[in-house]
Amino acid sequence: MNFETVAARPEAEAASPNEAPPKISCRKLDFFYGKFQGLKDIALDIAERRVTAFIGPSGCGKSTLLRTLNRMYSLYPGQRATGEIIFNGQNILDPGVDLNMLRAKVGMVFQKPTPFPMSIYDNIAFGVSLYENLSQRDMDERVEWALTKAAMWGEAKDKLKQSGMALSGGQQQRLCIARAVAVKPEVLLLDEPTSALDPISTAKIEELISELKEEYTIAIVTHNMQQAARVSDYTAYMYLGLLIEFGATDTLFLKPKRKETEDYITGRFG
Amino acid sequence: MTSIYRKRLFVNRMNLVMSLGTMVFGMVFLLWILWILFAKGFAALSPTLFTQMTPPPGSAGGLANAIYGSVMIVFVATFVSTPIGILAGIHLAEYGKDGWIARLTRFINDILLSAPSIVIGLFVYTVYVMQVGHFSGWAGSFALALIAIPVVVRTTENMLHLVPASLREAAVALGAPMWKVILKVTLKAVRGGVITGILLAVARMSGETAPLLFTALNNQFWSADMNAPMANLPVVIFQFALSPFDDWRSLAWGAALLITLTVLVINILARTAFRQSAVR
Repeated sequence: MNFETVAARPEAEAASPNEAPPKISCRKLDFFYGKFQGLKDIALDIAERRVTAFIGPSGCGKSTLLRTLNRMYSLYPGQRATGEIIFNGQNILDPGVDLNMLRAKVGMVFQKPTPFPMSIYDNIAFGVSLYENLSQRDMDERVEWALTKAAMWGEAKDKLKQSGMALSGGQQQRLCIARAVAVKPEVLLLDEPTSALDPISTAKIEELISELKEEYTIAIVTHNMQQAARVSDYTAYMYLGLLIEFGATDTLFLKPKRKETEDYITGRFG
Repeated sequence: MTSIYRKRLFVNRMNLVMSLGTMVFGMVFLLWILWILFAKGFAALSPTLFTQMTPPPGSAGGLANAIYGSVMIVFVATFVSTPIGILAGIHLAEYGKDGWIARLTRFINDILLSAPSIVIGLFVYTVYVMQVGHFSGWAGSFALALIAIPVVVRTTENMLHLVPASLREAAVALGAPMWKVILKVTLKAVRGGVITGILLAVARMSGETAPLLFTALNNQFWSADMNAPMANLPVVIFQFALSPFDDWRSLAWGAALLITLTVLVINILARTAFRQSAVR
């Protein structure tokens, strides 16, 4: 499977923020949990090396959308997506896509910190050793690099052999980010990465997101509108499986085009 | 004190007394069994128990051949049943899920789990002992493995179900193929529980008598040959305890105490040493 080539993408009527080229393009994307339709005709571009935030009330489909981008839903029979998600020139919804390879390129961090039951070092080495055959020295360097990226090196360097489960919640989440960054993906999907964390850990992770976007394309789902305003370049407001409005974060929050968006961001929703 | 508070206090005390009572009722019998075992078996515990063979009536002896036989038979049975049980458990929890093969396997496994052990002994007697024409240690291991496999299958599957989906998804999200996710992450997360299951199966096997009566039988002499009738503690207890000879009966009590202590130690080990590594 070759995700390297950037092929021509269909010029559609998608909500497409100008300037930055799209890394991922969704067209006519529908998603079904059995008979229930979770996403309806989604069309949007996720810009390269930018942060795209997804906001909306619970059950609006924002996490679902994120889970289609690395085909996480494929773990569960009965869940299916139709339409197009073009990543590096290929529709990742096509049958026959190498899902493991796709997921190595499109990393994900979840709402709840999920350290593996192994040492901090091994937590990071696990993903790296899947697709790269590094010497001990190179692996040591990679682990340090990833932990540094996640602003964890200072805290973790003296306890690399300790269990990752012994860390605090905020540290665990940064370990999970380090783990996702360590495999050098092209895209990072963050599914409410700070909703289980205290304000200080949240601030650290938000700083981290701003740094990571220099090199990675980031899509973040958040319940916290201030967070979306703080960290993202583009924001998508979703409701009942529909993409209501999508655009530059400043515009969306200051001058929303749609009444529904305005009601939601001003707290008049409902 | 209001009347509703008095009423709640009364109901609370009633329930406390009832649950305490039932606990005491259960514990009394457990302690009673241990007490009798110690009273009758402690006299038989001596170094010669581990060095001498089971004696003919009227002479001194030990249980060395039976201890060795029991250890060997249980060891081989564990060695065979553990990988089969774990792999089958993995299949049920991670691959088969709700498919018809998995549901059928689960149903049959439940039947095996509750099958009377004497039936399993008779089964092995028919399909193996009768065919080769003699009792043997292998046949004993075969029968015990059939008892252990469903236990290991069940615990492995149950333990894997305890792994939160988020942990599995996190490993999948890094691009790990399913088998690596299972071996390196999910199975590792419940390692303690799976080992506990195996140890409990070992404990159950060490006490089984009926399947060994029809398979390993017994042997008065030292024999390390798994392909011949083999002495083992449960059958020695069975034979000696029913005999009219006092020294045999005393040895049977010693053997019973030995098995009980071993099982007790294994259980305590399983429930303490490996508990903390189970899923949080």
